[in-house]
Amino acid sequence: MNLVLVRRPRLWDPEGVLVLALLLLLVAGILYPLLQVLSVAVSSDTGGFTLRHLGAFFRRPLFLESLINTLATGVLAVLFGSMIGVPLAFLTVRYALPGKAVLQTLGVLPLVIPPFVGAVAFQQILGRSGMVNLWLLETFGVTLPLMDGLGGVVLVQTLHYFPFIMVNTAAALAGVDPSLEEAAQNLGSSGFRLFRRVLLPLALPGYAAGALITFIRVIDDLGTPLMLNYTKLLAPQAYLRVTTVGLTDVDGYVICVILVVLSVLALWGSKAALGLAEYAALQRSGEAAPRALRGPSALAAWLIAAALLAPALLPHAGILLLSFSKVWSLSLLPTVYTLGNYEEILFRTPGFIWNTLRYAVLAAALDVVLGAAIAWLLLRGSVRGRGWLDVIATMPLAIPGVVLAVGYLRVFHGWNVPGLGEPLTATWLILVLAYSMRRLPYTVRSAYAALQQLPLALEEAAQNLGANRLRTFARVTAPLMARGLLAGGLIAFITSAVELSSTILLVPRIELGPLSYGIYVYMQSAVGRGPGAALGVVAIVLVGCGTWVAHRLAARGAGSLFRF
Amino acid sequence: MSPKLSSEVRLEGVGKRYGEVWAVREVSLTILPGEFFTLLGPSGCGKTTLLRMVAGFARPDAGRILLDGQPIDPVPPWKRDVGLVFQHYALWPHLTVHENVAFGLRERKLPRAEIADRVRAALSQVGLEGFDARRPSQLSGGQQQRVALARTLAVQPRLLLLDEPLSNLDAQLRAQMRLELARLQRDLAITTIYVTHDQAEALSLSNRVAVLQGGSVVQEGTPEDIYLRPHSRFVAEFVGAANLLPVQVVEVRETGVLVEAVAGTRLPVPTDPTRWRPGSRALLCLRPEALRLEEAALGRGTGFLATVAARVFEGDRHIYEVKVGEGTHLRVELPALGEGRIFRLGDRIRVEFSAEGAVLLPEP
Ligand SMILES: Nc1ncnc2c1ncn2[C@@H]1O[C@H](COP(=O)(O)OP(=O)(O)O)[C@@H](O)[C@H]1O
Ligand SMILES: [Mg+2]
Repeated sequence: MNLVLVRRPRLWDPEGVLVLALLLLLVAGILYPLLQVLSVAVSSDTGGFTLRHLGAFFRRPLFLESLINTLATGVLAVLFGSMIGVPLAFLTVRYALPGKAVLQTLGVLPLVIPPFVGAVAFQQILGRSGMVNLWLLETFGVTLPLMDGLGGVVLVQTLHYFPFIMVNTAAALAGVDPSLEEAAQNLGSSGFRLFRRVLLPLALPGYAAGALITFIRVIDDLGTPLMLNYTKLLAPQAYLRVTTVGLTDVDGYVICVILVVLSVLALWGSKAALGLAEYAALQRSGEAAPRALRGPSALAAWLIAAALLAPALLPHAGILLLSFSKVWSLSLLPTVYTLGNYEEILFRTPGFIWNTLRYAVLAAALDVVLGAAIAWLLLRGSVRGRGWLDVIATMPLAIPGVVLAVGYLRVFHGWNVPGLGEPLTATWLILVLAYSMRRLPYTVRSAYAALQQLPLALEEAAQNLGANRLRTFARVTAPLMARGLLAGGLIAFITSAVELSSTILLVPRIELGPLSYGIYVYMQSAVGRGPGAALGVVAIVLVGCGTWVAHRLAARGAGSLFRF
Repeated sequence: MSPKLSSEVRLEGVGKRYGEVWAVREVSLTILPGEFFTLLGPSGCGKTTLLRMVAGFARPDAGRILLDGQPIDPVPPWKRDVGLVFQHYALWPHLTVHENVAFGLRERKLPRAEIADRVRAALSQVGLEGFDARRPSQLSGGQQQRVALARTLAVQPRLLLLDEPLSNLDAQLRAQMRLELARLQRDLAITTIYVTHDQAEALSLSNRVAVLQGGSVVQEGTPEDIYLRPHSRFVAEFVGAANLLPVQVVEVRETGVLVEAVAGTRLPVPTDPTRWRPGSRALLCLRPEALRLEEAALGRGTGFLATVAARVFEGDRHIYEVKVGEGTHLRVELPALGEGRIFRLGDRIRVEFSAEGAVLLPEP
């Protein structure tokens, strides 16, 4: 019996080295660029600290108007989004009606179309010379300025982002313990009072989460206003400063700081709301049984749902139609149809699709690895300082894409990649880095959730039978986390594939541009709208399939496989 | 499967602290090669914690653990060669039965053919031939238990640790697995530490038992020691049913003491006389099956007068509750097929016992 009874003294601890390496990467990819942006905004010409630039921001009417407009888009999109999303959530959770699954699927379909693609479609349908206005003009001799200015931006964003509110509210509602509701009914509460006094507060945490995501995404959205040619918002202003005046212009950085502050304030606000409603998730005794709707009431429910959902599904039809049209201008429907747009994007400029796949797959793969490693360190590790990994990896949720991109341009434009002799910002690697850092929170969270569900004994059993920590991870932990990891990776993949906010600033050359960039470029010209729409359809298909698979994985993941 | 040389385990003043609370404190035990040793105690008394320290999943905050004379605290779990069967089995759901059992063998980099042989042998040892391709989710609780056991036995560990292995099985299966475990352990002659809160399991399986309370060993000995000669009220009540009568020592004699119980009855009790002084209060522990009932007029032996307060027939035995004084009741179990007569409610009787069946306990 030979047993190594004394642990060999170690010069370095592998876990410590891993934490250090990850921290280094996260600091370089997230924290340092962010701090650079902040520091430029508060540095005087001589390098000292100053609030002069920030002060100047509030004295410029254009910036002030942009700030107010940005707040308005965020608040209005949340408001209108709630008006659509909350009723739909109630309808789908509290009632059983025929075709409910269809309704739920239709409800998330708006997310499948990138907002800036939706913007183009809405323009085609509701714009100044779009279908609706042409018809109104012919029939009544009037037009409605539906897509003009701020209103158009809010319309597109509301109809794109309301599913976040719907899905999160629905999840919270489904989690409300039916006995709480029954208790309230037992005490004589019913109807609207029951809703207001019991259900609403209990569903609040989920609703707050959905509203927060919507707000942050809306103020970060650069593509929609650019597509609609409305630039009096903070994100487009930052973009314009950087692209027209250049990286030395301090105003661009100041706007970035304001954007970050808005995101962080929103985060705090929703945290406070969550804190107030924490009790909601205490305990539950069972699944709420949905009330069955039949006959006229089912029909009424469907009519309500259809009325709420229909506008949100318009862009899908519009973009599809546009992608097959050769000539569609100043007419209700296209006058000449063609497959040429697809020929263009598949054979003449296949680079956009190919680049997208390459970047998004690489970024997602990196995120899966990083997410798994960080989750493992957080839950199973012992090295001090690993909590910082969580803190930094979560930051991108509140860092607008424009801000990260500006930070990257500032930090990496002078840094040559070893072996390439080119600055990082001149290669496509910068896009992979940006995507992976921006989407890291998704895989960290899904990996964390997957690992948390895993009974520790499964890993201990492996160690007990002779597997060291690395072998245990490879043979037991990783396979059992696979579903959760894959689901998170897919979300990272599809959201990277249609990212525009940082892409638009970071694409070094047009040949290196991904699909989202291609759509943006095509849409700049009238003849490019067809191919742009065809690319949009590709994006919808990509995102649609990815979302579907991710949902299947997530749904089956925790259930049957891990039950003991 | 050829048994390895079985190992000796020694715990020297082992303690484990969670925050301010010691979950295990100053436990010193020596478990001999080939011995079936049981840690018995109520839930939360630190049994699992002790076992996890032996397996290497928790580090002692005090004392040390030696395996065959060598301290194992610096050895990581995967190098200890100590087989732990988890309370909830911890089978890997993504692997088949065969792969589960082969896991440790693959870690030991054994040749393919030998792995196959040993998996087959281990599965047949636990009576699960032909289940290779199943997933854990396709097995019953009892079968999962067997796979967990086979998985551990396949690597032929130096020591077998079992954490409440039968607690998740239904009563019938539990009895059957108890017999199988006893047979397996005897065949393999592997040193075994068995954890349970079930005194019947502990008594029937073990060579020796340590009773734990609040993280400390309160008594250690053979099952007979523990059952027949408990050292404390806790052990007496935890291990089997016990009648505890408050008594007072009235006289200390050469081989025992004379105590005064209810209603002035005086009884001689054999015990270590040096532990008692006249006047000290004590508890007289009488096992229900050590008592006999006689008609009041006939009784002669050690005992007291009483009245039958209740009787329950349980098939194999009668259980009486008899009243021996104001507010003092005794439980008496008599075999149903014994020659004694059956008493009715209200009958005046004598409760008798042989002096050897009585234990005097310090009043806590
Ligand atoms: N990881 C832990 N952290 C804090 N307290 C623990 C931990 N593990 C066990 N304990 C505490 O230590 C005591 C003993 O637990 P345990 O060994 O599991 O008892 P048993 O197995 O005998 O039921 C309990 O009071 C339990 O709450
Ligand atoms: Mg336990």
